[in-house]
Amino acid sequence: MSEKNNYIQGKTGLWEVVIGLEVHAQITSKAKLFSGASTVFGGDPNTQVSFIDAGFPGMLPVINNFCVEQAIKTGFGLNAQINKTSIFDRKNYFYADLPQGYQISQFSYPIVGKGYLEIELEDGTVKRINITRLHLEQDAGKSIHDQHPMKSYIDLNRSGIALMEIVSDPDIRSVEEAQAYLKKLRGLLRYLGTCDGNMEQGSLRADVNISLRRPGDEYGTRAEIKNVNSVRYMGQAITYEIQRQMDILENGGQIDQETRLFDVSKGITRSMRTKEDAHDYRYFPDPDLPPLVLTDEEIERIRVTLPELPDAKKARFIKDYQLSVYDAGVLSSELETVSYFETALKYLKEINEKSIKLLANWIIGELFAALNRDSLLIEASKISPQSLAELINFIYQETISGRLAKDIFAEMWESGEQPDKIINAKGLVQVSDEGMITAVIDKILSENQDKVIQYHSGKDKLFGFFVGQTMKIMQGKGNPAIINKILLKKLTP
Amino acid sequence: MTKLTDLTLCEARNSLLNKKFSSQELTQAHLDKMEETRALNAYITETPDIALKMARLSDEKISKKEELRPLEGLPLGIKDLFCTKGVRTTAASKILDDFTPQYESTVTQNLWDAGAVLLGKLNLDEFAMGSANLTSAYGPVISPRKMSGDPRQFVPGGSSGGSVAAVAAGSALAATGTDTGGSIRQPAAFAGIVGLKPTYGRCSRYGVVAFASSLDQAGPLTKDVRDAALMLKIMAGYDSKDATSTNIPVPDYEKILTGNIKNLKVGIPKEYRVEGLNPEIDALWTQGMEWLKSAGAEIQEISLPHTKYALPTYYILAPAEASSNLARYDGVRFGLRMPGQTLDELYELTRAEGFGKEVKRRVMIGTYVLSAGYYDAYYLKAQKIRRLIRQDFEEAYKKVDVILTPTTPTAAFAIGEEPKDPVTMYMNDVLTVPANLAGIPGLSIPVSFTKEGLPLGLQILGPAFEESRILNTGYVLEQASQFKEKSLKLWTNS
Repeated sequence: MSEKNNYIQGKTGLWEVVIGLEVHAQITSKAKLFSGASTVFGGDPNTQVSFIDAGFPGMLPVINNFCVEQAIKTGFGLNAQINKTSIFDRKNYFYADLPQGYQISQFSYPIVGKGYLEIELEDGTVKRINITRLHLEQDAGKSIHDQHPMKSYIDLNRSGIALMEIVSDPDIRSVEEAQAYLKKLRGLLRYLGTCDGNMEQGSLRADVNISLRRPGDEYGTRAEIKNVNSVRYMGQAITYEIQRQMDILENGGQIDQETRLFDVSKGITRSMRTKEDAHDYRYFPDPDLPPLVLTDEEIERIRVTLPELPDAKKARFIKDYQLSVYDAGVLSSELETVSYFETALKYLKEINEKSIKLLANWIIGELFAALNRDSLLIEASKISPQSLAELINFIYQETISGRLAKDIFAEMWESGEQPDKIINAKGLVQVSDEGMITAVIDKILSENQDKVIQYHSGKDKLFGFFVGQTMKIMQGKGNPAIINKILLKKLTP
Repeated sequence: MTKLTDLTLCEARNSLLNKKFSSQELTQAHLDKMEETRALNAYITETPDIALKMARLSDEKISKKEELRPLEGLPLGIKDLFCTKGVRTTAASKILDDFTPQYESTVTQNLWDAGAVLLGKLNLDEFAMGSANLTSAYGPVISPRKMSGDPRQFVPGGSSGGSVAAVAAGSALAATGTDTGGSIRQPAAFAGIVGLKPTYGRCSRYGVVAFASSLDQAGPLTKDVRDAALMLKIMAGYDSKDATSTNIPVPDYEKILTGNIKNLKVGIPKEYRVEGLNPEIDALWTQGMEWLKSAGAEIQEISLPHTKYALPTYYILAPAEASSNLARYDGVRFGLRMPGQTLDELYELTRAEGFGKEVKRRVMIGTYVLSAGYYDAYYLKAQKIRRLIRQDFEEAYKKVDVILTPTTPTAAFAIGEEPKDPVTMYMNDVLTVPANLAGIPGLSIPVSFTKEGLPLGLQILGPAFEESRILNTGYVLEQASQFKEKSLKLWTNS
């Protein structure tokens, strides 16, 4: 793994960006972390709240073991150490959406220790981002301040939902790395089924810790950007913050250690609170909950239920299908993409390196482009894996040209029709008959004698002209390889 | 026949079974006594309609000769710290003045499932913080016990002051209490009744308004040891809704009350001979040893070396947990709300108005000892000492089977003559808090009186989950002391 340098050139010299991410992931589970209330998103306010979640007198938390299993599974996915003993602590502070006046979290002894996540970057390199820890904690309720001029509304549906807080080491050095990390982590959680990764609904939120330093120096003072809820906004926030911090530092100022919020409409980060307002959370072990003690058997029982993890799947794709590292990475990053790819594979007539590469290109290229354009998830793709495989079969057998295949793809997407129907209806079968092609080429060359002479005197680019003209007469159905072969032969004296 | 309100729980149960009277008669007698002794201020909320309805249901079962439950038709008082569904529960605090829980505590549910009748909710120190029942938002409780010929009113002890006053006065056959630092045992000793703090985890804390989560434990307050055994059998048991509740079977405590303590080794901890120990109590302690020896026990001096650190340790850990447990009383979702211009103002006004002085004092202490820069020196240190205190008992129980001590350093004091300095007031708990810190069970038995006629009690401590052993030992002391007979002579006019 290369240590690429991402230094930024400032007015007074080079700067290195140091970023650590704290991701809060809502655990996929039917019930909350310490109560049996429902976790379904979007319910009417205060309809999914038990007396425990609402912090009523005499109420006590009881651990939901399924949430613990989800956290352990995630720990395995992060190649992390599972801590056999962990403790729940109370994080004490007053806020209207925190009914108990404390959040049950894990401070000193989290359930999962050190791990790592490997991210693929666009230049093809792979970088390891170390994970400090993962711990379990309760989510708070929601405060709504804009419904009334004088009052705030509190919805406790979210209060008590299980969160995994996943903390990375400050190993991230650029916007690209931050986004790759968040996407990879999100994909992993969805793979494992431990979090649905829905950032719009708030099931996944990121806090970004960011500072600048001169290369080689100690870490600088960091600012924390809280609750970023999209990969794109995170990129914008980081970009803005780098500039903001650089401007301050280059003018001789100091960075305040503070919490900031990303203002989506203005594209800037704003200060939320300063160190003076920093809370003393008075952490102490929650006396209502015994230490969480796991046995080797329990941990093993969970480990054997893990699906093949993304990195292992990626390695297998490389080995079994000779896919490139990048292609294998993209195809293995989301379970739904894996499912699509593997289903399509089943319908390929010939399975070899060439056909698989073709399939991979079409999924990563045309299919993803169409999905993005129409804001669809791959599960809702308008072209089924089987249909795409059939199109690939036609291309592979050179029944149609690659160029025309794009048009067919577009037609399939719009109409939902099968490729063979479209090809036959439009008569798009590729022509590979050498006799036919030779006849057309002869005609083109005889009608463009002046250009043939120019070609022979050095204007090589005219080769493309001849190819184009030939294709035009053949209505795009000519087999490009054969056209090239015959044309070259004819033009070579 | 004995007045209905002078019967013990077991006597009343037997009489009901034998149809000597009905549950409604029994209940009405207690409601009448409640009215008669209202000046004691033992009850915060009286529930006569509910009581008679429950009594009527029991009478129906009795007349239909249905299978009767262990506490069928027996009227009880419930400390107003236990959430009772549909019945106002205040924790003796203004901040919960209008709070009616929509859920029942497990302990009281066990009692209702056993057929008991609810007479009302009993007064206590606010949020169970106090040793004299002087901090209640509903006024102090006055003990039915007095000094002969003395007009002064005396404290019943605390925090379960209302519970002991009702049982001692006859306005409840038995009552529930909670004990965090001695709040069952100390008032039981002051009022001359039996009080049992079970092992931590024996009874469920679900639905009990929390004071200090690692110390709180529910227990019975009764007229005699057999009653305590019966009550404990019903109150105790594993509860999946309380993660600190212990999953071991509940013995039939009443059945195994034999009074046989031959060869029982009784430990006498030298550190419990504290400064300021009333000489009469000291003499009583010695008398207690004699009584037990006569019954075949062996008396042995033991040492619990960390005893002197128990009180300061308690007064760091209990307020710390309380400061966090009481954060939920913020005026947002239930209870008193004093509106403010901002959220902080709402919090400040509500809690200033809703909490009494002692509660505020302990919340401040608790917040302080948990705060950054002080956590290690106070809270963490106290937790470490707590472990040493528990180890003292573990070591001692390798040599002895039970431990005998006085329950309190003094007898009850008069209202108005209580220590004005809070720390001196805390000294009331010096002999009781070690058991809470160690999580072990403790029983207070009334055994004698001061010269002036105020009750004095002895405490029996046992290893974890050995409630039957301490009940048995207490049974012997009860028989030997003849306390009941003597007290009937002394208190027939109270």
